[in-house]
Amino acid sequence: MNNATNESPPKYELGAHPDLPPPFATSGPIKWIRENLLSSPTNIVLTVLAVFFLYKIIPGLASWVFLDATFDAASRNECRELGSGACWGFIKHRWELFTYGFYPVDQRWRVILAFLLFVFVVVVLLWENCPFRKTLRWFAIGFPFVAFWLIVGGLGLESVPTDKFGGFMLTLIIGITGIALSLPLGILLALGRQSNLPIIKYACIGFIEFIRGVPLITLLFVASTMLSYFLPPRVEFDLLLRVLIMVTLFASAYMAEVIRGGLQAVPKGQTEAADAMGLKYWQSMRLIVLPQALKISIPGIVNTFIGLYKDSTLVIVIGMFDPLGIAQATLADTSWQGPSTEVYLFVAVFFFISCFLMAKYSLYLENKLHTGHKR
Amino acid sequence: MKNTLKNAAAVVALSATAFGAQAGTLEDVKARGELNCVVTTGVAGFGAPDDSGKWAGFDVDFCRAVAAAVLGDGEKVNFVPTTGKTRFTVLNSGEGDILFRNTTETMSRDADLKMTFLPVNYYDGQGFMIPSALGVTSAKDLDGASICIQTGTTTELNLADYFRTNGISYEPVPVETNAEAQTNYLGGRCDVFTTDASGLASTRASFEKPGEHIILPEIISKEPLGGAVRHGDDQWADIGKWVVNAIIAAEELGVTQDNIEEMGKAAGDNPSVNRLLGTEGDFGSMIGLDAKWAYRAIAAGGNYGEIFDRNIGPDTAIGLERGLNAQWKDGGILYAAPIR
Amino acid sequence: MSIGTAVDNKSSVPARRNFVSRLWNDKETRSVIIQIIALALMFAFFASLINNAVQNLDRSFSYEFLGQPANYDINQTLIEYDSRSSHLRAMYVGIINTLLVAFCGIVLATVLGFILGVLRLSKNWLTNKIAYVYIEYVRNVPLLLHILLLHGILVHSLPRPKNALNVADGAFLTNRGLFMPKPLPEPIMWAVIGLFIAGILFAFLFRRWAKKVQDETGKIYPVFWISVAAIVVVPVIAFFILGKPVAWDTPELKGFNFRGGMVVRPEFMALWFALSLYTAAFIGEIVRAGILAVSHGQTEASMALGISRGRTLNLVVIPQALRVIVPPLASQYLNITKNSSLALAIGYMDVTATIGGISLNQTGRAIECMLIVMGLYLLFSLLISTFMNWYNNRIKLVER
Repeated sequence: MNNATNESPPKYELGAHPDLPPPFATSGPIKWIRENLLSSPTNIVLTVLAVFFLYKIIPGLASWVFLDATFDAASRNECRELGSGACWGFIKHRWELFTYGFYPVDQRWRVILAFLLFVFVVVVLLWENCPFRKTLRWFAIGFPFVAFWLIVGGLGLESVPTDKFGGFMLTLIIGITGIALSLPLGILLALGRQSNLPIIKYACIGFIEFIRGVPLITLLFVASTMLSYFLPPRVEFDLLLRVLIMVTLFASAYMAEVIRGGLQAVPKGQTEAADAMGLKYWQSMRLIVLPQALKISIPGIVNTFIGLYKDSTLVIVIGMFDPLGIAQATLADTSWQGPSTEVYLFVAVFFFISCFLMAKYSLYLENKLHTGHKR
Repeated sequence: MKNTLKNAAAVVALSATAFGAQAGTLEDVKARGELNCVVTTGVAGFGAPDDSGKWAGFDVDFCRAVAAAVLGDGEKVNFVPTTGKTRFTVLNSGEGDILFRNTTETMSRDADLKMTFLPVNYYDGQGFMIPSALGVTSAKDLDGASICIQTGTTTELNLADYFRTNGISYEPVPVETNAEAQTNYLGGRCDVFTTDASGLASTRASFEKPGEHIILPEIISKEPLGGAVRHGDDQWADIGKWVVNAIIAAEELGVTQDNIEEMGKAAGDNPSVNRLLGTEGDFGSMIGLDAKWAYRAIAAGGNYGEIFDRNIGPDTAIGLERGLNAQWKDGGILYAAPIR
Repeated sequence: MSIGTAVDNKSSVPARRNFVSRLWNDKETRSVIIQIIALALMFAFFASLINNAVQNLDRSFSYEFLGQPANYDINQTLIEYDSRSSHLRAMYVGIINTLLVAFCGIVLATVLGFILGVLRLSKNWLTNKIAYVYIEYVRNVPLLLHILLLHGILVHSLPRPKNALNVADGAFLTNRGLFMPKPLPEPIMWAVIGLFIAGILFAFLFRRWAKKVQDETGKIYPVFWISVAAIVVVPVIAFFILGKPVAWDTPELKGFNFRGGMVVRPEFMALWFALSLYTAAFIGEIVRAGILAVSHGQTEASMALGISRGRTLNLVVIPQALRVIVPPLASQYLNITKNSSLALAIGYMDVTATIGGISLNQTGRAIECMLIVMGLYLLFSLLISTFMNWYNNRIKLVER
């Protein structure tokens, strides 16, 4: 104001002038803060509340988890002497148990090798620009057999009984097998439910609704204790195999419903056009309907995968040592008796990372595959 | 998978001919080359995997003895860990061949659940453990306490009966496994932990400060713990029964892991020892085994006293006294039926 | 036809094959054949299962044990129960406990879920991100882990009864549970309760009447405030006029524990909170998607008509969003009910832990008990989905 009255108005030459900077409050961080944090009275109140909330939570949490925490201690007692925060010492001493369960120590290279192969296969399958992708895909087909041979043994390798499996390795085995098998089974069930043949249709409906109506825990209990009643006398089934079957059946019922949603979203004209071209049922499904239906149901499919993966923790109820089972065993150990928070949080971090990655990949896939009908 | 199917088909054909008969556990075990022994998921001293995953404990040694008698090698055991809930179904469904899992012999388990119990290998009773700081000296003073119990065990029923007959109240806190019971007890969720006295001792031994907990003097039940097999296969039940008897008798007769080789070489002066170790008579063939069955069973883990001392005796962390479990000659009630 | 005309040996073989292949190529016959085969396979499958079970069981299949005394105690029951009660009674206790935690879980999860959904849509960057981080953390960690974690935190960080937190007058928070005074209504209290129920009925009828009037004349009554007055204000006034006709049984620390009053056990709290917090994250995303699905034009049109912000939300956005929200919401409710079976892991005595747990184990009737448990869960699922379908039909877009 002062300046304006004292000085004569500036004279402008004709011609181009350099751009003036935008007003102070409409750019940069200030603008961002104004728009995102302080745009209206409600917004200001929310911001204040959120800042207060974070102020209450973050410092305490950070000092408990990192600053005051003990990372290198042989027992909880030692932890107490070293720091007032969390006690992460068990990770250093027990990570092998958490990873491999009771898998024989001298055979663990097989698990590592199988895992590396798995990572390799995943990279080949999910990364489109991978060199030699076409040839390498053949390897992916062989992978399940190689992995089975490596982990279970036989044919020259020392065989390891499945009750020695445990920890993250067990979660991965249940999760990956379940995911790989439940998708095709789910597709078949969904097609069966849409079928024109009443008996097949009602059998599929009955199966799907039964599985969806009962908790997985009861199915696992049936698998672990009662299944043998329903098998011919003296037929034995490995417990892990039974669990895998149950988990797969369970997930496939949910998968079927997700895919049914996708099938219903494919316009009827598509099937009719396929019929008109003389395609047989399976041809039209494989070439026309399923590709569209699966594309639509990707988010649902991945959600079911994540659900299955998380549900694998329920196997502790029937006495298998998944990471949660190992966590409980750790808490029963003389050295680590006490509050369970750290141990469970450690397991939670593992699940969070793997599930979060799956969810993010699904988002990416969804964006990549969607062919532009989105508004 | 294919193999399983093939087996299934074969067995269906087989079972069609021998309808309903459940005999043949011995043949199954021999054919498999491995004994499926039902054990606990982990009670220190009685049966728990060590750091390397190898099973050890009092009950585990009995499993090994049976495996040694039948298969000739005490290491050929596949341990099937079970919770209190799943143990009988696992045995009944044929997934396990024999059970050694701190299991109390009761009439309903015998008759209704179709178990054949082997001779008692540990006489136990249910007790209470409580932090000594609470100053309680008798179970009668536990009115209103929260009590941790393992579900699916006889202790749950005894507890309800005991408090009911004494007219005192309590809050039951059911837990699935011993590990959870410990966490809850140490976390203060319950004042008292109850289970078999041996289990209490073993649990207390695993505490950081065992001295801060006392076991109350009341023993509120009789818990004869023993192994079990399914009903319907008498030969297999006999094998289990006589392996346990042989191990108990070995202590009475002074046969130990150290001197067994010497004593088993040739018939000695004591006919009882000779019959036990197969240097005289052929008792093994009566139960479908060879003459050296008991020799191998004892050689695998020693006699009763050795198994006891190694796993749960006074010198171990568990620190149990023999008490009722001493030989009848020493004032206990262990009394093996004679092998003759 | 060819089978009839086939006379010599040479042509009979191709003729038969022809017949079979014709049967196979005929769509109708083929479908009948496939179905007959499927039916036969299913029948054989179930017959062999049952046959095996009969062979393996070597004892009768019977539910007689339900009438016998259960012999075990349960620490949280809403109905009369002691160790002499029957297994059937224990089952009822379990059913009620399951329904209780499922109901409380559904209510809390819905409230939290809607809050989360709205926060996720808020323009405020901070609250938006906090809600995002919360949802991602909760969704990507197994529910069982949440339950165990919460239970561990409750048991280990809450004080023992001796140092109980006195959270309110007569209410104590300990790691054995939240002890609260229990109302002991005097007879006249029932009048107040009667008024309360009458208030709900009145509000319901009034709402219908007001809607009718509004449809006919356009006159709008303050339905919400009148309902609140009828349901809350009138009974409260009556309560005070009648001289607070209720006695309180306050819990007191005696010996090991608090005695008297009502108690909410930490097992219930852990299960309830874990179920609600977990499901709320999913409901939050559903709500967000539902609100986003209402096209912005709708809000703009409503604003253009001069309808206030609140009424726009109430009359335009929410009814349309609900159509998208309700079907997935129904399956979340089903999930809560089924997931409540994880109670087993922390010892909350729901239906899986009573009849499917302790009773099963004490009697050894595995097949009988598991059949009951599965049947019950199927029934719960059926009831919830019937109700949600009814509600969905009610709010569905009425199409021409």
